[in-house]
Amino acid sequence: MSAAVSFAPRRGWSFRQPSVIPGFGLTLGFTLTYFSLIILIPLLALAIRSAGLGPEGFWKAATDARVLGSLRVSFVTALIAAGVNVVFGTLIAWVLVRYRFPGRRIFDAIIDLPFALPTAVAGIALTAIYAPNGTIGALFAPLGWRIAYTPSGIVIAMIFIGLPFVVRTIQPILEEVSHEVEEASATLGASRFQTITRIILPSLTPAILTGFALAFARGVGEYGSIIFIAGNIPFVSEIAPLLIYIRLQEFNYVGATVIATVMLLLSFALLFVINLIQAWSRRRYGYGSN
Amino acid sequence: MEVRVQNVRKEFDRFPALHDVSLDIHSGELIALLGPSGSGKTTLLRLIAGLEMPTQGKIFFGDVDASEKSVQERNIGFVFQHYALFRHMTILENISFGLKVRPRSTRPPSGEIRRRAMELLDLVQLSGLEKRYPNQLSGGQRQRVALARALAIEPAVLLLDEPFGALDAQVRRELRKWLREIHDRTGHTTVFVTHDQEEALELSDRLCVMSQGKIEQVGTPDTVYDYPTSPFVFGFIGESSTLPVVVENNELWVGGRAIGLPAGDAKPGNARLFFRPHDVDLIEADASLAGVVTTARRVGGTRRVELEIGGAGHLVEVDLPFDHPAGEKTRLSFRPRRWKLFPAE
Repeated sequence: MSAAVSFAPRRGWSFRQPSVIPGFGLTLGFTLTYFSLIILIPLLALAIRSAGLGPEGFWKAATDARVLGSLRVSFVTALIAAGVNVVFGTLIAWVLVRYRFPGRRIFDAIIDLPFALPTAVAGIALTAIYAPNGTIGALFAPLGWRIAYTPSGIVIAMIFIGLPFVVRTIQPILEEVSHEVEEASATLGASRFQTITRIILPSLTPAILTGFALAFARGVGEYGSIIFIAGNIPFVSEIAPLLIYIRLQEFNYVGATVIATVMLLLSFALLFVINLIQAWSRRRYGYGSN
Repeated sequence: MEVRVQNVRKEFDRFPALHDVSLDIHSGELIALLGPSGSGKTTLLRLIAGLEMPTQGKIFFGDVDASEKSVQERNIGFVFQHYALFRHMTILENISFGLKVRPRSTRPPSGEIRRRAMELLDLVQLSGLEKRYPNQLSGGQRQRVALARALAIEPAVLLLDEPFGALDAQVRRELRKWLREIHDRTGHTTVFVTHDQEEALELSDRLCVMSQGKIEQVGTPDTVYDYPTSPFVFGFIGESSTLPVVVENNELWVGGRAIGLPAGDAKPGNARLFFRPHDVDLIEADASLAGVVTTARRVGGTRRVELEIGGAGHLVEVDLPFDHPAGEKTRLSFRPRRWKLFPAE
């Protein structure tokens, strides 16, 4: 799940790695075939299909105002949601790791529910609650803050589905941060707050980045729960995956593939950068390598 | 700084880890807390540090009652067995951490912090490694960084919890000598915990031997080794052999035979005889301890044999010159040169 990049020192380039365990050829062959069938060929087909327009046509389709609007909505809301998830996911992971309270195990199991729940169910439930006449939406409505049917609603849905990614990546690393390090910090005169900000959070950085990347990726790709709560107003709360679906219904297959390709490239670029930062910090701080 | 531990008792969930322990630590001395695991030595160290709070009793730093003070207020240096370095900081950042987290009013200027950290790095002989990260150093180097980090805050007391426990034997010996040198140079009052009696004997000015949450004996290495005050200390410090004996007519008897040792002022009745395996004379006399060799093995420059004494099957160990011809079933007789009697249990 986490895409840790590791650079082994390379002496020349060779297919065969000396190993006592046989089956290198078989496993590599299987991996490549499987990877091609499941991921590479569909993605390649997408790229080829959209390339049928030629560079000029592609550019024109990609920079269409409505397309740009939907991409902006998708990426901005996913970034905000991932940011919120990082803050509260870290907090939840902290509580789960550090404290023992009745019901902790049940609470721990509930964290995974957004993985399992059909997203449409989540979307409908969230809409019902956050709509102006819903339980929580009614509290905000008098303040003039509409949550459902606005980008705020999109962010809420993305937070819901992205939370487990953050909690589950930070939890094991937090368990690894030894109590002794905190005690060492205290004996050196650091206050509790200084220990958290200068010792604990920095050692969690790689895990937090991974969690952020996963939550972000999940948010960008989410469709089912968002379309119920978003209101889907073009330029305001229309997400890119929905626009793809709309283009398909208009039988504009090429238009759909163009949006998909742009999303793919943007997501890939962002995730790649996050992975680089993460690999760098991992190597530097030595977590996971030691 | 002088540290006084006064009638301290510590319980963990009703389980007593320390019973009514009192200990005076003199200013500037290097004292070892020595004992087997579960003896309460680490608990005592953590109580002095303020990482644990006593259930009862008080701890004084000089004339000040430190019992109610937090770890941060006590200004102690603590070195952990597994280093506990901050992995995301360079060596220099690790060492200067204690100074950097001080409130603005007492924090030295950053140039001064850097200068002091570099000075300490030099003291622990790691100059040139200030930009490295902890995981780029060996275990021995990491422990030196941990010590430099603890010294940076100019602690009132330096506390070390099994500082060499995670290192291999050779590095451990090296660091031991080096720690003694640093102590002599800086003069910090130092308390260190160890279960290694050799380390404690070699390194400390005084030892405090602990067992089952109590202090058994406190004294200089010579005193503790030569005049142990309890069977536990005799058995724990150095090699020892023990044998049940009977005191009668001011003499010691084993299996109905006088062994040629005077009883001194011991009361008549059963007792336990303790002696060191290397502190014996081989003699040909009736009044001696006689036995049959059951095993013989070479230990360094000597040959250590296990003797079965009398008919009751009591085994004792005795050191012989390495070229002594004794083998299995050889009959030997000897007399301890120095010994100690304790009442039978």
